Amino acid sequence: MNIDEQTVDKIAHLARLELAADEKQEMIKDMNKILGFMDKLNEVDTAGVEPLVYMTAEVNNLRDDVIKQDITTEEALKNAPMHDDSHFLVAKVISK
Amino acid sequence: MTNNYHSYSELKSGLENGDTTVEKLVNGYLQQIQANAQLNAFNEVFADEALEQARVLDKRMQSGEPVGKLAGMVVGIKDNISYKGHKVTASSKMLENFTAIYSATIVERLLAEDAIIIGRCNCDEFAMGAANENSFFGPVKNHADQTRVSGGSSGGSAVAVQAGMCHAAIGTDTGGSVRQPAAFCGVVGLKPTYGRISRYGIISYASSFDQVGPITRSVEDAALLLEVMAGPDEYDSTLARKPVPQVADLKKESGKKRIAYMQEALSSPGVDADVKATLAAYIDKLRADGHIVKPISFELLEYLVPTYYILAMAEASSNLARYDGVHYGYRSPNAVDLTSTYKKSRSEGFGKEVQRRIMLGTFVLSAGYYDAYYAKAQRVRRLIQNKTNEILQEYDFILAPTAPEPAFALGLKEKDPVVTYLYDIFTVQASLAGVPAISLPAGNNGKGLPLGLQLIAKSFNEQELLNFSEYFLQL
Repeated sequence: MNIDEQTVDKIAHLARLELAADEKQEMIKDMNKILGFMDKLNEVDTAGVEPLVYMTAEVNNLRDDVIKQDITTEEALKNAPMHDDSHFLVAKVISK
Repeated sequence: MTNNYHSYSELKSGLENGDTTVEKLVNGYLQQIQANAQLNAFNEVFADEALEQARVLDKRMQSGEPVGKLAGMVVGIKDNISYKGHKVTASSKMLENFTAIYSATIVERLLAEDAIIIGRCNCDEFAMGAANENSFFGPVKNHADQTRVSGGSSGGSAVAVQAGMCHAAIGTDTGGSVRQPAAFCGVVGLKPTYGRISRYGIISYASSFDQVGPITRSVEDAALLLEVMAGPDEYDSTLARKPVPQVADLKKESGKKRIAYMQEALSSPGVDADVKATLAAYIDKLRADGHIVKPISFELLEYLVPTYYILAMAEASSNLARYDGVHYGYRSPNAVDLTSTYKKSRSEGFGKEVQRRIMLGTFVLSAGYYDAYYAKAQRVRRLIQNKTNEILQEYDFILAPTAPEPAFALGLKEKDPVVTYLYDIFTVQASLAGVPAISLPAGNNGKGLPLGLQLIAKSFNEQELLNFSEYFLQL
């Protein structure tokens, strides 16, 4: 796998990250190195092997659906960078 | 002064026969924390609160009121564990000012048994690292040698126990983050089976790996903390509905066992000579005591670390998508619209290693690469789990070093990420397979640096693992 600047830009956008020019060069280098190391897995024959997705053997671990409120609106807003009494506030989304 | 009670049962006797009080214990730990502030083990100390709780507990005990199983046990918690009304930062600028609005299930359980939480321990940012050098609040230094790392990511938790700043500490282990710092600091570190302890209220890193684990001076305390923290929880559906091991059942187990050890640990040039010698010495001792100890070659050994990192990074990129600069956490003052709120807040709020892992995780999950990397790694994970379980059918335990070297020098290993990642070679197997493992102190090298050995056991077989660990430490 060869990561180029275009790929890093695309991935950074998907991850909602912004890299400065020098950071981008370093990221390209690191990603190529790490992915080269990960490419080693191609040596393993996995034909017919199902992906291991769930680490628990528990199935349908259910609980009763009881109505309760653990967290108040005030608490939920407490850590927001900007908020009013009942909303999270963000920068203007729609411009005319 | 230090409070060097080796185990909680000794501490409890000390409280019962009047040798000490909980308040004296807390004061002792606070002094020790202050005297060793340069180790940077704590992100915050809850000094006044801990003292107040201690006084209340002393009164209750004096009046003969019944108290919990952990009464007088003073613990530190890794700074990725939520404790209502207290900050929890994951050692990240992103959460520098975040206050938990509820407590993790394990915190509720510790408090219900009258443990006292003395502070939150430094760690690698979002638990990503093996040296505790990725913390926004600076590295943690090893108490055995302050020019060396603590190990990571639960480095602050391990050093807090090593340096007598608390009786025990709680860490989290994703690929070795409890076991490896425990080894570097000469203490006990247990990673339970996946599904044993609730993850509710733990800041997620890689959810199919993350497990809470105790860091202690004694196996007995590891067993006690496991008993208190483990078991079903309405808020974590991955938990096993199985009986939890009880500390009362802990007995030094000397029955004859079958033990496999990793041949490569003795032959690989990447393993330190003292680590090899220690492993070899324990193999001899075990054999002399009548156990069957045989070398095995794990054919998937060189695939463990790449498999682990593909999966952990993928899960991290997904888990950390929640940090958007909107609902909580850092928001960039330079943001002008929604997209720049996301991008600038995340780029300014996350450290370098976290961003690297998010980028790689996003890449391996992206269209066109998902099958080649992510699904491939999930398939290899199944092979690793099957093979590990096969070995554990034939043997009671797998013995290996916890880490290939003792604690290394600060600032040394951060240059090449691949070299750093290979440090996890012996710990990630149990994480990939979901089985329990423990790191046990196995003496020091010539320079006084602690060495650790790891035992891996069958799924949900912590009881046998802890019993044998009790015996192992007295070999």
